[in-house]
Amino acid sequence: MSLIATLARLEAVTTGRAQPAATVRHRRLSDRPLVFVPLTTAGEAGAPLGALVGTDRDAPRLLVVPQPRDRDLRFAFLAELADVVLPYIDSYADVVEAAERGETDPGTGRRVKVEVELCADAPQLIVPSRAGVDFVRLLGRSMRFRRTAEQDPETPYPAPPRVPLLGRWLTHFGERARVPGSSLLLALTEVLGRHWATGQSGLEDQHLGALLAWIAPPDGATGAEAALRAELARDADGQLWCPPAGPATDPAFDNKLLAPAIERYNGARTALAAAEDGLEADDRLGALTTAEREIHELVRSRTLPTWQRVWEGLDLLRALPEGAHVEERWTRDRWSFTGHRDRVVAGEPPQPRRDDAVTAANKLATREREQARLDAQEALDDPLVMAGRRLAGEAFTGEVVDVVMTYSEGKRPSPRPLVTVRTDDRPYLGERAKVFRSLGGKPQAAEFAGRDGTEDEGLLVLRIVDRMGRGKEPERGSVPEKGDLLCFTLFEHEQRGGAKLPDPEETPWTHGGPPGERTPEAPDSLTQEDVL
Amino acid sequence: MPPPRTRGTALRQRLAELRGPDVQAKALDARALAALAANPGCRRRAILDGAGVNKAALAGALGSPSAFGQSQFALTRGNAFEAKVKADGGAELLRLVHERLDPGAEPPNSASVPDLTASGPEGRTARTALALREATEQGRGTWTLLDHPMLALDVAGSPAFLEPDAVVVHPDGGWTVVEIKSFPMLDGSADPAKVGAAARQAAVYVLALEEVAARLDPAPRVRHRVLLVCPKDFSNLPTASAVDVRKQRAVTSRQLARLTRIQDIADALPEGVCFSPELPAEQLTASVEAVPAVYAPECLAACELAFHCRDRARADGAVTALGRSVRAELGGLTTVEGVLAAARGEAGDPEDPAVAALRRAALLRTEALGAMCR
Amino acid sequence: MTTEAVFDPGTAAGRATDAILRDTLHGTARGVVVDSPPGAGKSTLVVRAALELADAGRSLMVVAQTNAQVDDLVLRLAEKNPGLPVGRLHSSDTDPYDKALESLANVKKSAKAAELAGLPVVISTAAKWAHVKVDEPWRHAIVDEAYQMRSDGLLAVAGLFERALFVGDPGQLDPFAIVGSEQWAGLSYDPSASAVTTLLAHNPELPQHRLPVSWRLPASAAPLVSDAFYPYTPFRSGTDHGDRRLSFAVPSDGSGPDRVIDEAAESGWGLLELPARHTPRTDPEAVRAVATVVRRLLDRGGAATSERSPDPSPLTADRVAVGTAHRDQAAAVRAALAELGVTDVTVDTANRLQGMEFDVTVILHPLSGRPDATAFHLETGRLCVLASRHRHACVVVCRAGVGDLLDDYPSTEPVQLGTLVKFPDGWEANHAVLAHLGEHRVPWKP
Repeated sequence: MSLIATLARLEAVTTGRAQPAATVRHRRLSDRPLVFVPLTTAGEAGAPLGALVGTDRDAPRLLVVPQPRDRDLRFAFLAELADVVLPYIDSYADVVEAAERGETDPGTGRRVKVEVELCADAPQLIVPSRAGVDFVRLLGRSMRFRRTAEQDPETPYPAPPRVPLLGRWLTHFGERARVPGSSLLLALTEVLGRHWATGQSGLEDQHLGALLAWIAPPDGATGAEAALRAELARDADGQLWCPPAGPATDPAFDNKLLAPAIERYNGARTALAAAEDGLEADDRLGALTTAEREIHELVRSRTLPTWQRVWEGLDLLRALPEGAHVEERWTRDRWSFTGHRDRVVAGEPPQPRRDDAVTAANKLATREREQARLDAQEALDDPLVMAGRRLAGEAFTGEVVDVVMTYSEGKRPSPRPLVTVRTDDRPYLGERAKVFRSLGGKPQAAEFAGRDGTEDEGLLVLRIVDRMGRGKEPERGSVPEKGDLLCFTLFEHEQRGGAKLPDPEETPWTHGGPPGERTPEAPDSLTQEDVL
Repeated sequence: MPPPRTRGTALRQRLAELRGPDVQAKALDARALAALAANPGCRRRAILDGAGVNKAALAGALGSPSAFGQSQFALTRGNAFEAKVKADGGAELLRLVHERLDPGAEPPNSASVPDLTASGPEGRTARTALALREATEQGRGTWTLLDHPMLALDVAGSPAFLEPDAVVVHPDGGWTVVEIKSFPMLDGSADPAKVGAAARQAAVYVLALEEVAARLDPAPRVRHRVLLVCPKDFSNLPTASAVDVRKQRAVTSRQLARLTRIQDIADALPEGVCFSPELPAEQLTASVEAVPAVYAPECLAACELAFHCRDRARADGAVTALGRSVRAELGGLTTVEGVLAAARGEAGDPEDPAVAALRRAALLRTEALGAMCR
Repeated sequence: MTTEAVFDPGTAAGRATDAILRDTLHGTARGVVVDSPPGAGKSTLVVRAALELADAGRSLMVVAQTNAQVDDLVLRLAEKNPGLPVGRLHSSDTDPYDKALESLANVKKSAKAAELAGLPVVISTAAKWAHVKVDEPWRHAIVDEAYQMRSDGLLAVAGLFERALFVGDPGQLDPFAIVGSEQWAGLSYDPSASAVTTLLAHNPELPQHRLPVSWRLPASAAPLVSDAFYPYTPFRSGTDHGDRRLSFAVPSDGSGPDRVIDEAAESGWGLLELPARHTPRTDPEAVRAVATVVRRLLDRGGAATSERSPDPSPLTADRVAVGTAHRDQAAAVRAALAELGVTDVTVDTANRLQGMEFDVTVILHPLSGRPDATAFHLETGRLCVLASRHRHACVVVCRAGVGDLLDDYPSTEPVQLGTLVKFPDGWEANHAVLAHLGEHRVPWKP
């Protein structure tokens, strides 16, 4: 943790309130996000218990699996989820604008511009916590290899029609969430934690209730008190006053409330199946409905508090102005969304279980580039982030105290003004180190030419080397003037594209050679028993 | 050299006093032993575990109950899965051991599954040792599956009884620990935190098995690759992976050896210290306070007493309550007020690089926040 | 023991080199892997292999990891065979290569691979090679520092050559990624793994060799470094006890620094132990202690005698280096040295000292004064690099209490299925080194 972040946390401790960790919002928030608050069953992989989902904070849709181990009920849940999520996604897929993309012409091997569609906006999924992101991935993985009866009439347990498609989309959201700075799928605790420093540890910040308690404590309470209540307070029944944000549930809830309710549901189902005549069946159906409604209410009672907190958290974030580079990063999210839309439309198969060597390397390269881009952009957008970089010796601000015009040698001399900056910062400047400042949104590079005086005097001489136009005399405004307050960074502002890797079919022998013809992924092996 | 027996007896008696009159020692299981490595610097945890104090009961009596619990759904599922893995005389389990750890050996078409029932943990331990010896000496060329064997490990002078899910004796006489867990292996990978915990637990079994093996001549090989069996993907079908536990074994072995310092911790305690949950909270608090703790937020997931220790750490203004890493750049400063006072320029030696850095940090932060308000 | 008596380092090393060259020049495998412990003659091997491949008329590309390494290889090649035309492929940044290359008549420098086509040997960094496109692959490649190259780096260049010799030191710092790569853990081609890990996972049958003798490390250091960092691939020192000597004209003044210098001169190791205290990284006392030791090393008229020459050579500033874990520590030591009037001593972090060699090193222990140990500070490679740069002696400056710090280190590492466990473990290696240093402890006394 940087000392600036440490100080913010310590101040939160003594003031009883979270302190700002950012002065602008570094993530995009959609005007119409889809909030998803899922719960899962303990001990089972990918066995949802229920969820609240929707775009209207006043009207969430409640989805429940009254017996999570029942395959049919699970499919019904997933089908319902698809009915909410896919129309939401589709509503963004159809609104497009024209854009250009660089492609390699297969004939000539040259880079050419191609006119393509770019979705004008993209959908955004919000889950309460990091565990929620993992659960989205898990759901995606559990669905995308399912077969529908239409795809394969022989399949033993066919999935409802749109379920595999939902799996592909959730997989895409989950994968995109691994790209630094992306906003297609956000975990609220992560975003809040990026913007506020609480008086507790990062581990404790993963509890949405406790985190919000620090950021916006109720009247009269300190953050610590409110957070403690959110973590531990229980009602007379032994139930947590603030249920976990999921997808895991509290064991006390499972054992005391849920298990008996599921037991009653099972009993009612068995009784209904054993009914001997219509009248009896009607009665027993009523009992089953009651039992089912009971579970619905239980799930609602555990998800609704989280649902409300998620929207409160979004309100808090919206109050921060958006950082200047957020739009640019969101455009990348739109490209990502559009790309997946196109792959679905083109009938491509679902994402494979494992990336091949080339895909994995490309993804890693992209994410490293995006991380470096994010680090640079957040610093440029936010003085508080830049303060951290200055403290770390990676940037400095100062006043221009002198400018001397010099020129490069050679046939066509170019301007190479020497600018002396006085700074109190302590950058780690090596001989001829490159530094950058933002000039009209573009980086201007300079070279460290030495110190004027001792290190303590803080006089740095920089040689500006670019963005001064083509002529012998620099363009107006392109050279700093005496008295200017400037901020230089030792890190680059823009990221260079990486080297192009071979196509997967040209994977070299060092990495196992070409993977061969891609065969469609087989569906998962299944539990043979009726109940999972 | 002091007569070990006397010293051991004296320590056992001292630990019994610490537990309180008539309080049974809580048996240390492999999970608890593995957890010793989670925060080995904490003396409070070392003495409480070493004395067999029920920390959950203690935490409750202190008024900061632990938040651990297990869902019955998970329990049911775990038991059902283990039963499935071990069905048919462990045929599927042995197939996995053969396939993942010893493919060169004869396939386990048949295997002996000795009866290990005996009375009491000592009896079961002896029965297990006998079965292991027979399988190793007479069972050459065949497979043997020990279902829930019992092993003993000397922990600070007292035996801890451990019950692995299974131990397999290979045709070559080598022994393998098998751990059966109910978290899934999805496309060949599993939750790394859970695998890590399973590996540390298995390492304890490996150490205990090595003690048994050392008493045989020639000593059979206890394999340092254990078999982790989990449900495959989203099904209840078993799949398995070999896990190398050499690292965990080395760490646990060293931490177990260090447990002898329990004596020193006990010796340093004032008279009258007792952790019996029967005592009033005030007296208990004083007893607990008599042993220094090293609280860090990670404790919340690993120790029943964590909420109590967190309260105390916060009350003391300890910066580590915010995370272990916080202290890294603070040098000798350890309290919230101390750090803030140094940052504000009210305390601390400006020549101390930690203080100087704090002041710079405070200055830069104020400047940046000022820019936000403008 | 008889085997000890028979062991002749020169013969053993020569045999290993012959086998490597035989496999490289005449073998059938597409790749040959060579593990080289610190100072085992890796550069010599690379240069020799390059010359022999060029002699045999095989077009050769050489892949190194940094520009400094590339330039160093070019200079060494030119020294061995000034007539051999060599291509130095470089980036289009300013000052892309060492100015010393300008004076080499047969070294052609270009930012475009096409302009270097046809030269017997072309050398560049992995990053630059990744941008090169060819129709006809090179017949042979040498990949230097292959353990410090990432798997995805190799993926980008492996299409450029038919066969390759991979050389590197498995004990040094592993490559890393700045973002999480857990999702590929356990895959044979995990892009964040080392190039050699991936190569061998896919081609387990490739011949693997090991250079068995460290010519750099003295007899006092090789066993410790070998046991602690190379437990499964041990190596020996090329020299014996008594082959090297470090002596000082000025006798000790009885201070801690002088006594630790004498201890290190005598035994090869010295631990200057400061009283236990939690400190920030740039612990002023420890920094001053490091600087003082360096100052005294230079002031006391040191002379190093070794197998290289019968006459002692003076211990000058360029033969001494200071190693630290962090950049700010290096900066603080440099400042402290400047105050004492010392300017020409190399002071750098472990990352930057990789591959370098000195007579005496003074290192600030990565865990000195820390309130907590972290994975970064426990990384095996970091300590290995710091403890294996010297030909004569190594002085470690450290606060007391590191042993407890290691014992209190929480061991709750996650475990990824299917990944090879990296041995040795940093925690264990640190304990081993500390135990050994404990035998050469001198308490700090100004």
